[in-house]
Amino acid sequence: MTQIHQSDVAIIGGGLMGCSAAFFLRQRGMSVTVLETDKVGRQASGTNFGNVRRQGRPIFQLPLANRAIRIWRDSPQLLGSDVEYLQSGHIRVCFRERPENIGKMEEYAALAREEGLDLELLSANALREKFPWLGPDVLAGSYSATDGHANPRLAAPAFARAAARLGASIVEDTKIVHAEKVGEDFRLTAEDGRQFAAPILLITAGAWAGKIAGWFGEEIPLTPRAPTMSVTEPVPYAIAPAVGVMTPEEVETVYFRQVARGNIVLGGSTRAASYPDDYRSYVLPQNTMTQFEHLRRLAPALANLQVIRVWSGIEGYTDDALPIMGPSAKVSGLFHAFGFSGSGFQIGPGVGETMAELIATGATDIPLEHYAVTRFTK
Amino acid sequence: MGEHRVIIVGAGPAGVRAAQAVVRAGLRPIVIDEAARAGGQIYRRPPENFKRDHDALYGTEAARARAIHEDFAALLPHIDYRPETLVWNVAEGHVWAAHEGETQPLPYDALIVCSGASDRVAPIKGWQAAGCYSLGGAQIALKAQGCAIGHRVIFLGSGPLLYLAAAQYVKAGAEVAAVLDTSPFWLRVKAAPKLAAMPGLLWQGVKLLRDLKRAGVPVLTGVTPIEIEGDPQTGVSGVTVRHKGAVKHFAGDAVAMGWHVKPEAQIADLARATFAFDEATRQWLPQTDADGRAGNALYLGGDGARVLGARSAEVTGELAAMAALADLGLTMDADRRRWLLAEKANYAKFAKGLAQAFPWPHELVAAIPDEAIVCRCEAVTAATLRASVNTAHAQEANRAKAFSRVGMGRCQGRYCGHASAEIIAAARSVSLEKTGRLRGQAPVKPIPVALKRNDL
Amino acid sequence: MTARFRRLVETDRPPVSLTIDGVGVTALLGDTLMVAMLTHGDALRTSEFAGSEPAAPEPSDGRRAGFCLMGACQDCWVWTASGARLRACSTPVQNGMTISTRQPEATWANIA
Ligand SMILES: Cc1cc2nc3c(=O)[nH]c(=O)nc-3n(C[C@H](O)[C@@H](O)[C@H](O)COP(=O)(O)OP(=O)(O)OC[C@H]3O[C@@H](n4cnc5c(N)ncnc54)[C@H](O)[C@@H]3O)c2cc1C
Ligand SMILES: Cc1cc2nc3c(=O)[nH]c(=O)nc-3n(C[C@H](O)[C@H](O)[C@H](O)COP(=O)(O)OP(=O)(O)OC[C@H]3O[C@@H](n4cnc5c(N)ncnc54)[C@H](O)[C@@H]3O)c2cc1C
Ligand code: FES
Repeated sequence: MTQIHQSDVAIIGGGLMGCSAAFFLRQRGMSVTVLETDKVGRQASGTNFGNVRRQGRPIFQLPLANRAIRIWRDSPQLLGSDVEYLQSGHIRVCFRERPENIGKMEEYAALAREEGLDLELLSANALREKFPWLGPDVLAGSYSATDGHANPRLAAPAFARAAARLGASIVEDTKIVHAEKVGEDFRLTAEDGRQFAAPILLITAGAWAGKIAGWFGEEIPLTPRAPTMSVTEPVPYAIAPAVGVMTPEEVETVYFRQVARGNIVLGGSTRAASYPDDYRSYVLPQNTMTQFEHLRRLAPALANLQVIRVWSGIEGYTDDALPIMGPSAKVSGLFHAFGFSGSGFQIGPGVGETMAELIATGATDIPLEHYAVTRFTK
Repeated sequence: MGEHRVIIVGAGPAGVRAAQAVVRAGLRPIVIDEAARAGGQIYRRPPENFKRDHDALYGTEAARARAIHEDFAALLPHIDYRPETLVWNVAEGHVWAAHEGETQPLPYDALIVCSGASDRVAPIKGWQAAGCYSLGGAQIALKAQGCAIGHRVIFLGSGPLLYLAAAQYVKAGAEVAAVLDTSPFWLRVKAAPKLAAMPGLLWQGVKLLRDLKRAGVPVLTGVTPIEIEGDPQTGVSGVTVRHKGAVKHFAGDAVAMGWHVKPEAQIADLARATFAFDEATRQWLPQTDADGRAGNALYLGGDGARVLGARSAEVTGELAAMAALADLGLTMDADRRRWLLAEKANYAKFAKGLAQAFPWPHELVAAIPDEAIVCRCEAVTAATLRASVNTAHAQEANRAKAFSRVGMGRCQGRYCGHASAEIIAAARSVSLEKTGRLRGQAPVKPIPVALKRNDL
Repeated sequence: MTARFRRLVETDRPPVSLTIDGVGVTALLGDTLMVAMLTHGDALRTSEFAGSEPAAPEPSDGRRAGFCLMGACQDCWVWTASGARLRACSTPVQNGMTISTRQPEATWANIA
């Protein structure tokens, strides 16, 4: 007889969402099993840019983002390991030929202030005084002193290790190929036949989650994308904030940050397709080239630097590019947290804590109506 | 003419023979090479204003070097030759080549990669010091620039190039402090039947040893390196090894170190070749059929596919080109192919003998002290790498890289990849194969943010 | 500073002048930048992580002078006056080059 591994909560997907949810569920005393095809935190959560920024998010996301920022700040004590979180600021700028963005920045800043996020609007001159490496094409900017960045390669595995120390079972190299509700329990089957059961199931399977939700009649189409990333040789540490461009044109959306060791991580410009079924994503060289082109406008001083590596990752976009979080509308005991569409890293720990709260207590202070799955299943 | 678009990367012996075969079939290939002058590694040419002739430069291989150089010169009117051009990526049937700060995608129907090899090095405590060079590097200094890498040079490693380079140094008037070989002599005796596949080369090896001994250079076999001594500011000051139970020290201001060479397989990787673990040489190698087909219109020749040496590179370069031509529907000479395949088999036998006689010292690598630097680019120690396995539970090479940064630097793991895999395998007590393979990532070599497309 | 490399043959070539860290030196036409520099000094650059490795009981990283001479290891990058990078082992020396062995971005936070 095959033994069925039983716990209070089963989680499909060991990215930042699944690992942090497991950690906070253990803090609340629930037994939890994380099931992960590969190794924890190796997909979107391990390959992303590492922006821990609140500014620029939809206003409705700020309560969740604020919750997350507290966790990022406490992460060394909470996790017992350093995930290289630096609260070194975030600056969002617009280019000269898009002056209409200044008004948008002002509008956003006013709304963000009400949610507790203070943004400082800076003119071109003030900007360049503060950040002399910005280029002449930069017109204005919005500075958030309390945002920053962290190391994605370390974050989700650190949550997984901390969860495991509290007693969670983290089951790697285990792809769930089938799940159904049998009586009170969800019954999960791995590719090799192992079985797992729990009365509560949380789906945090990133770009793969839409199909898994489909096993329960809530299939969500997700468009798999592959953002373009690069990293430069190390140079003396001089650029504190993460920097990004506000623009409606995908090709212009470049961003960068410098890690304390000196390398500058570059991201943005056109994204490629990615292939979740094959667990593959590729950087297209033409996208690397447009990334460099727009980066040279943003910060001409970077032009001399050498790029030593490029990479990408797999992320799933919902049709409105906003995430799904909360209980299933169809199956009791089933919860969703996926579709983070290119901006889930910062809010990740907040998602984990909120889902744990919701699962353990049946309620949360974070308003969840904007995240409802029903906006797609109706 | 020119309907089929063939791109050849590399103008070493393999690339030159491949180009010749393609031209013979009536096509005009693009030949891309990063070097300023064709010839590749072994037949590397000094700048034009240098005066040594082929005999002085290439010794016993002078005739072959001359043939490669002259044959390539004759090909020039029939090929689109792009020297000083770096292939930095391959995607969607295009090679991305960069030259003088500009780049463009070049479409191909067949891509023949003859990218050659680079030194396989074992990290030795202290090897980050200025004055430590790869064995190949030491040879290039002499061949292409007429220089020695120091005033008193210690040769450390194993393999035929160790003796060849040391002997070339002696002959050119450099001071060689010692030749320190990690392989015990009896392995060479044991491998003799396989080495006899190339009697000429075997004899050359015997002569080199004799020349070194005559010049009074201490030659020690079966050594265990302990440390390369040096100062962070002024560089190398000597090498300490254990030999026959005793600790021996050799003073010197330069070290040439290398354990044979390994394929430069980054382009093949980006062009999506599959890799398989080779137990005999303890490394992952791109998979091809006997002719060099790697799938996806990719063909591999020379030491970039599997290290079989310079003579074999001429054979496998031509074979790869013939396979590409056949797949493009052009006829090929079946007799010639049979002959080339037989030649290749003979070189492969010899290469097996070399691997047996001069093995990669994997036990030594696995046991390097915690404080030794494994990754020179990022200055990561064995302790940090081992901690990523023991504390952070990294179970394979890419994960250990993500946690410890080993292999994340400018060289992209070229010089630490093999060693770090051994250290991870030992820390986990699993086979080397289980530690996986560091996936290749573009760019093949660093590219500047200033790089611009010039085709739009 | 002592020379690291030693010229053995092919020394009969026309001279080329360049400046390294503000000091004028003479090399030979056909030299790589690496040879031009290391026949006058003992290093090309400093490891970015000199002494930064926390887990190392005795960090001893420091000056670097290249490793492979064939454009593979990337340990020989030096800087021009304008901040451009040159890979010393594969760049021919040219008359009038002005080379620095220190990374220019050390001051970039202050340059407008
Ligand atoms: C320093 C050194 C010394 C050696 N000495 C010997 C010896 O004495 N005897 C022996 O049998 N073997 C020797 N070898 C092994 C050696 O590689 C030869 O067997 C032979 O050079 C292999 O020929 P090849 O054509 O496969 O590659 P190579 O001769 O190495 O030619 C490869 C060419 O590809 C080019 N290339 C590589 N990557 C790129 C890229 N991304 N973009 C553009 N161009 C690229 C290189 O610039 C090079 O010109 C030596 C190797 C080295 C590194
Ligand atoms: C290149 C890139 C750059 C980005 N930059 C940023 C940024 O700067 N800031 C930001 O906030 N966000 C960014 N994002 C987005 C962010 O990374 C994601 O939104 C976030 O990591 C999503 O986390 P996740 O846990 O939902 O997904 P993932 O990390 O992808 O985790 C999902 C996990 O589920 C597993 N899984 C799937 N199917 C199964 C199954 N059947 N059985 C078991 N396990 C399964 C997968 O293996 C995977 O590990 C970026 C994303 C990418 C790819
Ligand atoms: S010395 Fe290795 S790249 Fe120049």
